[in-house]
Amino acid sequence: MDSISRRKFLKIGGTTMAVSAAAGSVISKAAEAVKKASPKGIQKIPTFCDICFWKCGVIAYVEDGKLWKVEGNPLDPLSNGRLCPRGTGGVGAHYDPDRLKYPLLRKSARGKEEWVQVTWDEALTYIADKMKKIKAEHGPEAMALFSHGIGGNFLKHLFKAYGSSNIGAPSFAQCRGPRDVGFKLTFGEDVASPERTDIKNAQCLVLIGSHLGENMHNTQVQEFSEAIANGASIIVADPRFSVAAGKAKYYLPVKPGSDIALLLAWMNVLVTENLYNREYVEKYGFGFAQFAAEIQPYTPEWAYPETGIEPKLIYATAREMARYKPATLIHPGRHATWYGDDAQRSRAIALLNALMGNWGVKGGFYYPVSMDVPGYPYPAYPHSTKPKVDNPGNKYPFAHEVNTNGIRKATISGEPYPVKGWFVYATNLIHALPDEQETIRAIQNLDLLVVIDVIPAEIAGWADVVLPESVYLERYDDLNVEWFREPFVSLRQPAVDAPHDQKPNWWMAKKLAEKLDLGDYFPWQNIEEYFNHRLSAAGLSYEQLKKEGIIRGEKQPIYFSEGVPDAFPTPSGKIEFYSLQLAEAGFDPVPKYTQPGAPPPGYFRLLYGRAPVHSFSRTQSNRVLMDMLDENEVWINQDIAARWGLKSGDYIRLKNQDGVVSNRIKVKATERIRTDCVYIIHGFGHNSQMLKFAFQKGASDAQLITRYKTDPLMGGTAMNVNFVTFELEA
Amino acid sequence: MARYAMVIDTRKCVGCMDCVVACKTENKVPEGFNRDWITTEARGKFPAVQMEIRTERCNHCSNPPCVHCCPTGASHVHDHGGVVLVFHDLCIGCKACLASCPYDARFIHPDGYADKCTFCIHRVEKGMEPACVAVCPTHCMYFGDLEDPHSPVSRLLAERRHHAIAPEAGTEPQIYYLI
Repeated sequence: MDSISRRKFLKIGGTTMAVSAAAGSVISKAAEAVKKASPKGIQKIPTFCDICFWKCGVIAYVEDGKLWKVEGNPLDPLSNGRLCPRGTGGVGAHYDPDRLKYPLLRKSARGKEEWVQVTWDEALTYIADKMKKIKAEHGPEAMALFSHGIGGNFLKHLFKAYGSSNIGAPSFAQCRGPRDVGFKLTFGEDVASPERTDIKNAQCLVLIGSHLGENMHNTQVQEFSEAIANGASIIVADPRFSVAAGKAKYYLPVKPGSDIALLLAWMNVLVTENLYNREYVEKYGFGFAQFAAEIQPYTPEWAYPETGIEPKLIYATAREMARYKPATLIHPGRHATWYGDDAQRSRAIALLNALMGNWGVKGGFYYPVSMDVPGYPYPAYPHSTKPKVDNPGNKYPFAHEVNTNGIRKATISGEPYPVKGWFVYATNLIHALPDEQETIRAIQNLDLLVVIDVIPAEIAGWADVVLPESVYLERYDDLNVEWFREPFVSLRQPAVDAPHDQKPNWWMAKKLAEKLDLGDYFPWQNIEEYFNHRLSAAGLSYEQLKKEGIIRGEKQPIYFSEGVPDAFPTPSGKIEFYSLQLAEAGFDPVPKYTQPGAPPPGYFRLLYGRAPVHSFSRTQSNRVLMDMLDENEVWINQDIAARWGLKSGDYIRLKNQDGVVSNRIKVKATERIRTDCVYIIHGFGHNSQMLKFAFQKGASDAQLITRYKTDPLMGGTAMNVNFVTFELEA
Repeated sequence: MARYAMVIDTRKCVGCMDCVVACKTENKVPEGFNRDWITTEARGKFPAVQMEIRTERCNHCSNPPCVHCCPTGASHVHDHGGVVLVFHDLCIGCKACLASCPYDARFIHPDGYADKCTFCIHRVEKGMEPACVAVCPTHCMYFGDLEDPHSPVSRLLAERRHHAIAPEAGTEPQIYYLI
């Protein structure tokens, strides 16, 4: 792998400097254009955020033609007029001096990346020619798209028109996939995004590893605070004393990987002591008797050595949950790819919720609603004779979205058929997928790798063509027709111009479609024509949406008690305490616990999570947010740190079980974590030289995640299965 | 006469720094500096940890040492609400105020003057809340007039246990933390 290592790429990426050096003249040209056209005073332009995928409504303030600040749109039910810190810092994305500025083409052999600045026409012609060749030689299914967020919609449309449905997002197999599968197997529906959790009405909220407040999904944090203010009883199980743990009545310092044992013991207490919601379970449950028999051995005393949680604490917390049922919500979490049995753990969480009787009930899970905005009437997509490439033989029978790692695997093996081209939109695969060497191996088999992004993340460094996208404050995107507590539609629209030669994704998709002779699939002349068409079909006014950013619909029922039909789209039509479809596929019909294994001597399990001021590995170039947190720390239990002679502020390196050594990282010696694990915030430790400001600040968990376990139900990649030790010479 | 103060509910605060970001963009605080910050205090031995998270800033003290020690009169008490402010053009950047502040709330702006939280007086005088209060996604911050017994800040202080930071310094700080 040495010949194509990232470091070598960095050394030889000399032409990027030349490209940057040319930037000055264009900046001043853009500045002149702004000066000429910019109105005096303050303009307020409504749009919606893209610093994460939550899509909060934003009011952008433009002062004398220059972007000043962004605030929440008071009309927006997601943000209620208050953005999260990342959203508030969104202006930093516009001003980021390290952002991608021009289309770049790598013309020399892979492994000797040298960029040449090209025009949009040159870049798109190059891509179209390659895509035509790939289609002719291998069929359209040999092109795959990795996409994240609403910005990918027009590219997905382009891919389907081209003839490929190999479209995946790390948000499934590297994130919420196991959770959604576990809930779907139980209730027939998944948890969705934004999560249908009725946190604000919960009287008891249970968080299992879910670090609300550090994980800054705006509505959830707002509702979490509301629940606290209402006096809700908070129970937190986490190997780390999280911010949420600091708000909890009960904190359970659970051993990493033993969550299923804890969940089984809780359910055991609830059933044994007859504390569950009997009426609800009798009405809606399927297979409860078999379930009750299966969990009978799993007492709190049994769970004690597995979880490290004293039986009296397990009893007390189970009884606390029962006290507030049905308004007890066991949060399903979001990033659920932990230990390899994640879909079953999520199913156990779903079952614990079912015992509370909270699905469709206030304080539990509501039924999200949406406005009826018809899609654009495009021509039918071509029919593919090949199944999707990621899951040959339906090996992972409960995967209901495409697995990114399945595409990667097929790209390496050529089975079930070759994959020759990747489009990567707004997702840094090097940090998002486990085992970066596997990703790099797959890339070597490609005839085409296109990366579309706003910043030069690591994955851009491997691309043949890099297409610079305008940031959300500079572009239109697809309409957001949200599923939430109440129906609404929102608009992303530009507040300011892109400062260089960046373009919006819809424009790229349309232009590329024309070059691929697929122009019929983009019949509208510009995106406003598309908006007008869809909105008038829904009886809505584009003018109003443009002015206000959001149009809210009538409130609709969201609970059973308000008239939502109490139907469960499972095979039995009921909540499946015992799953026949799992049994038939050869899996445990009721979740079982498997021990996660212990770290080798001198090693610690590597856990990772979020900071409230960063999104993934996408914001470490944003100067406003980097002023809040510009490097991550490794959390080490105080006693362990003392044993190693370490104190807070010392720099060390982390070395994993396979000998991979991280960038230097600062120690946080703390009483807020167990002794058998360490914790770092995801997204730091960039090695892309083009990210000049973020370069090598902090350490990357992704780099240390060389191993992963695959979830047998749905193929997700569990990443909390790596161990690290400390290298003191930093 | 008004006496402006902030009351912060530490039970709700998650320490997300949104207040810091909002202050930065609202007030165009230069890169490398912030007018407010988050302090996390954890006490005890794992797992029996107690934690308080606080958003901190200039306490707009009623007995402000930064004003008393200023040789030029740049640091002053605003004519409304007891807000402590700095006349940029009078400030010579001598840092006496930085040394006198028990909260380390001040810094020297790259343009040469002492800078700090203004309680967003430019917003408050237009009837708006300070940027940090208006942005907070947890609604943990309250701003108002302690002279008005019916203001939310007065009512919260009457109803809930609270503390200030370093009251022993004798500066009469006007940021209160509900516990």
